[in-house]
Amino acid sequence: MLKTCGIPTEEELASRIPPKDRRKKGPVVMIECFQKIPCNPCFTACKRGAIQKFEDINDLPSIDFDKCNGCGLCISKCPGLAIFVIDETYSEDEATVSLPFEFLPLPREGEEVDLLDRSGKKVGRGRVLKVRNGKYEDRTPVITVTVPKGLSMVVRNIRVGGDLR
Amino acid sequence: MRITEHPILTFKRGREVEFTFNGKKMKGYEGEPIAAALHDNGVRVLSYSKHLHRPRGFYCAIGNCSSCLMTVNGEPNVRVCTEKLREGMVVETQKGRGDIK
Amino acid sequence: MKDTEIAVIGGGPAGLMAALAAAEMGARVTIIDRNSRLGGQLVKQTHKFFGSEKEYASVRGIDIGRLLSDEVLKNPRIETMLDSTVIGYYPDDGVLGVEFEGKTFVKIKPKKVVVATGASEKFLPFENNDLPGIYGAGAVQTLMNEHGVVPGENVLMVGAGNIGLIVSYQLMQAKVNVKAIIDAAPCIGGYWVHASKVARLGVPIMTSYTIKAAYPNEATGTLERAVIWQLDDRWQPIPGTEKVLKVDVICISVGLSPLTEILWQAGCEMKYVPQLGGHVAVRNENMETTVPGIYVAGDVAGVEEASSAMIEGRLAGLNAAKSLGYDDGTYSEKRLEAIKRLQNLRSGPVGEKIRQGLAQLVSSGGDYNA
Repeated sequence: MLKTCGIPTEEELASRIPPKDRRKKGPVVMIECFQKIPCNPCFTACKRGAIQKFEDINDLPSIDFDKCNGCGLCISKCPGLAIFVIDETYSEDEATVSLPFEFLPLPREGEEVDLLDRSGKKVGRGRVLKVRNGKYEDRTPVITVTVPKGLSMVVRNIRVGGDLR
Repeated sequence: MRITEHPILTFKRGREVEFTFNGKKMKGYEGEPIAAALHDNGVRVLSYSKHLHRPRGFYCAIGNCSSCLMTVNGEPNVRVCTEKLREGMVVETQKGRGDIK
Repeated sequence: MKDTEIAVIGGGPAGLMAALAAAEMGARVTIIDRNSRLGGQLVKQTHKFFGSEKEYASVRGIDIGRLLSDEVLKNPRIETMLDSTVIGYYPDDGVLGVEFEGKTFVKIKPKKVVVATGASEKFLPFENNDLPGIYGAGAVQTLMNEHGVVPGENVLMVGAGNIGLIVSYQLMQAKVNVKAIIDAAPCIGGYWVHASKVARLGVPIMTSYTIKAAYPNEATGTLERAVIWQLDDRWQPIPGTEKVLKVDVICISVGLSPLTEILWQAGCEMKYVPQLGGHVAVRNENMETTVPGIYVAGDVAGVEEASSAMIEGRLAGLNAAKSLGYDDGTYSEKRLEAIKRLQNLRSGPVGEKIRQGLAQLVSSGGDYNA
């Protein structure tokens, strides 16, 4: 449970998962922001108006999934590192997850990495497709990694190299 | 231990200087707090308490709490968490209140 | 004796914003800070900030610190005294005593004072809590992010508020292992997004747990292990739930208390408000205390986030300048805008504690245009 260990339950997650129909159409954002805190850079970052204007800065982000094209420009702008882009159309048996990753070493494109769930537990191996780490990301690199199709809603972190713990 | 690479930060360090801790030669970077240099050299016990003589390290690291008082170049009660390291400094563990010579 | 129109004590987020706002209105300002650089504790905040664009949301604290310091340093109306500690305020003649660059004593007579001294880390009673290796979480952040030295290998974080969560994440970024984050409360006190960030790294967050004791290595005298135990729903420890953690560092992150010495010396009316971290000065909406001409801003006015500290600073600076007659016609608008932004930041559920605290503290009125 979020408020006791920082890991959302399935029920808590349900409200933030993009609709199934939309997920079938290509990459789409999932914002794992569950608490009303005074913060709105995701809105400012979205150039397509998919993340809607905040009436009150404490509101949770509200998303028009049809306007979102999964560009991922919001990922590195979220101070809570709570934004992910999921593409369940990547291939027959693989999806991709794009996630923020502020650790060294950074993976190389093409490198195989451990896939971790929301509790940091290893759930599989994936291949890094893309590392976005420019001026825009401002030291919050965005990694796109392949995941087994059934894990698109599970994988939220990666581990490069050995187990640091 | 020094951080050599960091995902967010780069560290600008001063020139390397030598100092002594209880007579033992150590190295650190000029201008950093004495406590940081000591910590890098594995020194965590900075002083002993006045009455029960218990070992003390720093606590706040920004000059508020006075947990890190040491004798530096003969002067007691120096807050080493903020006092800057200089070449040749003589740093000593302080026992109790310290004496003004 | 040195004269200045407005003395700002402390060059952190609140003090820098106060100085910039007062200078913007036309006043001459002197910032006094005990460090060798401006920025206060922003210099170790490597995470991106919350808030809106106006509070530099999505910009890292370190970069906000740099940005504001640069602006202050190039502002011709602002003078900066670094390595200078205000060691006393003499209420009879309104003089500040300053230890200048460590050795000389300087007296400053300002017309107005903005106290933006920040806060210090609280401590926690438990067996052997004085062992070397037991540090404030902020201290570890300073050692690690400002001076580039890691505190040790294995850490127990005590406190799951924002500082405890953020410092845990930053320890992991510096490749230091955080074994667990514990908190006596049944719920995580910090932002859940911060909690999720460390949870994803595999760091367990254990609520309803507290520290029982710490034990030293017999040879070195420094911390070697910690014993934690669970609390029941009446916050009483449950015997038999003890767990031993082999750690060489314990970070204490159980809140901050305002650094109010100058305000007491000045004779400001003080009040104990637990929601704001301890004793704080009674003040009006313009951040002016019960001693006319003395303003507060930032954590010293009530422990809160850096984003609100910046706006409080702006508000204090605007009002201090206005009280000296500086107003190019924009004062009222700027004042209202700042008040509105503060209200917005505090209006949500996470601002409830602050709202409760301020309700006990802030007297109304004081608009110089009213």
